[in-house]
Amino acid sequence: MGLTLMEGNEAISWGAMAAGCNFFAGYPITPATTIYNTMLNLLPPQGGVCLQGEDEIASIGFCLGAAMSGMKTMTATSGPGISLYSEQISFAIGSEIPIVIVDVQRLGPSTGSATKGADGDIQFLQWSNTGGLPVIVLAPVDVKDCYLLTMQAFNLAEQYRCPVFIAANKEVSMTRETIDLDGLNLPQKIDRRTAAVDQSFLPFGVQDGELVPDFLPIGGDRLVRQTSSTHGADGYITTAPDQIAKMQQRLDDKLKKNISAFTYYDEYLVSGADTLVIAYGVTARAAMTAVKRVQQSKTKASLLILKTLWPVPEQLILEKAAPYQRVVMAEMNLGQYVRELQRLLTDKKIDFLGQMDGELIKPGQIQEVIQNG
Amino acid sequence: MDSLLNSNRPPVFCPGCSHEQVLHALDKALMGMGLAAKDVVIVSDIGCSGLFDTFFNTHAFHGLHGRALTYATGIKMARPDLKVIVTMGDGGLGIGGAHVLSSCRRNIDLTLLVLNNFNYGMTGGQCSSTTPQDAQVGSGFLNKLEKPLDICQVAGAAGAPYVARISTYDKELVEGLESAIAFDGFSLVDIWGICPGRYTRRNKITPKNIENDLAKLPDLGAYKISNAREEYGRAYRQEAAKLLPSGKPVRIETSCIAPQPGRLEVVVLGSAGQRIITAGELLCLAGAAAGCHAAQKSDYPITVMRGHSVSDIILSDTEIEYTGIGNPAVVIALAPEGVNRRKKMLTYLSPQTLVIKASGVELPPCQASIIEVDFKAEKIKSQDWALVALAVLAQQNTVLTMDMLKAALQLRFNAGQYETAIAMVEKAVVSLCRK
Repeated sequence: MGLTLMEGNEAISWGAMAAGCNFFAGYPITPATTIYNTMLNLLPPQGGVCLQGEDEIASIGFCLGAAMSGMKTMTATSGPGISLYSEQISFAIGSEIPIVIVDVQRLGPSTGSATKGADGDIQFLQWSNTGGLPVIVLAPVDVKDCYLLTMQAFNLAEQYRCPVFIAANKEVSMTRETIDLDGLNLPQKIDRRTAAVDQSFLPFGVQDGELVPDFLPIGGDRLVRQTSSTHGADGYITTAPDQIAKMQQRLDDKLKKNISAFTYYDEYLVSGADTLVIAYGVTARAAMTAVKRVQQSKTKASLLILKTLWPVPEQLILEKAAPYQRVVMAEMNLGQYVRELQRLLTDKKIDFLGQMDGELIKPGQIQEVIQNG
Repeated sequence: MDSLLNSNRPPVFCPGCSHEQVLHALDKALMGMGLAAKDVVIVSDIGCSGLFDTFFNTHAFHGLHGRALTYATGIKMARPDLKVIVTMGDGGLGIGGAHVLSSCRRNIDLTLLVLNNFNYGMTGGQCSSTTPQDAQVGSGFLNKLEKPLDICQVAGAAGAPYVARISTYDKELVEGLESAIAFDGFSLVDIWGICPGRYTRRNKITPKNIENDLAKLPDLGAYKISNAREEYGRAYRQEAAKLLPSGKPVRIETSCIAPQPGRLEVVVLGSAGQRIITAGELLCLAGAAAGCHAAQKSDYPITVMRGHSVSDIILSDTEIEYTGIGNPAVVIALAPEGVNRRKKMLTYLSPQTLVIKASGVELPPCQASIIEVDFKAEKIKSQDWALVALAVLAQQNTVLTMDMLKAALQLRFNAGQYETAIAMVEKAVVSLCRK
């Protein structure tokens, strides 16, 4: 073992490589650029492809074309770019194209502050698609998560044929940290399930008991149709309400019904605590310090760190919050994910701490809310 | 060779639509070239040209408006062996202009067929980027105010090595398409035709008019020579093959002992060019060499070579939680730009904080103990002040030791750079200690 010094964006890139990523396209944007830089170093010498698109729309478009040709693809951007991605995100959701999309969040709105962190895109990532279908969003807390959750993101994109977001933050992505790479507990690499040679194939046909269509690449012996239009199992446009309803329901079900398989979280339990702090991303680190500081005091608190943000891991949140009277939520925006807690935990007192000034939320601020509400 | 048209999905264009003639011409071209369905991908844009993928029984990809070339580029980079044909109208040309220009510049082996009928047929005949100024279209007077685009001249200027204009009604359309598809690189064919559903209702346009108008336009032959070059995908793979794989991330083994336990925060305040971020990295590497966790954040303007440069470093024998600076053990102040950036923090420093300050740098009043170093008097270059400050810190056995600093230098620099750095550091430290 030994420690490696790496920034979050480098860890995302190495995690992508470990997951089998062989195609990256991006458009430079602070604070995501170092992912592109790293992928450009890593991919081409290994026979992979790394492209710089003329804009963000092209970059994700390259990825969607390559993904349908069988490649494992990733793109990375920040707020202004994720806005431009949104039409292509809707396409990837509705047409079941596997892709990992990294959003290194910076302070918005709009071009905002290129070098200031925030978690201001948390609701946007879920709701930026036309149609309002679920997406998977994973939020790394540190450099280790950047590596591991990116690997998980690839596996989930492959398994569920959908875009998977890494909701990073400048404060994690551009912070260099030590990481014990050899000590990581790496997940098994998962590839998309392909249609069996001896079975009939429809591009969006789903086997009995399955919620995800088998994949065949564009360019294989059997013809593949991909379309952004509302389609039936054969990949042709359809106007039949029963077919449309079935498809939409399946797109909803395939993630929501499987959420327990990818509910990632950490917790720090303190006996005698009547408050549960819930946090995600870089703010979870300040929350950890705050919870430890009050551990010996009268107002003790436990901590739940959510790493899967969307679909909302409702069962986990309900179960973990059950023993507590009060929940404290801290996040680097003016109140986004707390809405999900308010929706779920109707019988709890919920105290919220939000901040949007380009600075980290400090442990002392969270401690203050734990102790004084 | 059999037709590649989809026998289950016969074309359903408006009666008299030029698109249908292009569809059959494309099928004949593909048959003539002996291409099998599995070797062809039709990538279609939005609008009436977006129906092409449905009417062919080949691989098909239909996506968002104006973006067809982006998907096609991804497909071709993933599968260089496929024939990738993009169908797009004059609408897609306008909305996806950046992708058209970039495809021309890139010269990736795609064929772009522009089914140019001078208006947006599907949405009611509004003006497009190719609508003549004197045409009557569904956009009121707006098209009078904008000059139509000759995409062929634009594409040639953008570097497309194969650019051609042709009428839908030209007897040589099939040959024209074959030659574009066979071309090894990006080919664009601007195919003029009639939209009977919308355009011809209020505008006089006939195959003869089209032929006459095409004949008046500048010749395009020169682009084939001036823009001739290696196809992008092949050039990409040739360049990539020359690259050496990047090494694995370095593992830093523990070789030293840290002088203090716990969490230690260091802030380095300087200006651009003072290698502040390198100093921060060295401190992290030094920490790692002592088995400590380390974290570094840097703050500098988006423009480089002037302004502040600040680095926040945390070393800790336990996992680092909060990565912000609360109570620094050490502040290294080397330039007013950096000091101004953290003025507020400096006023709150505790008496336990050690400040290493370059002579001439003013600090706000604070309680910290201060070591002043006259780098200029020692003839140390500004770019080396941060490194020497780390050596001064190591002399104090605060945060890091000289062994840790040496280990960091060894990790960060090659042998030659390392020797130079060590010599410079040792000379400076000896000289400073004498005073």
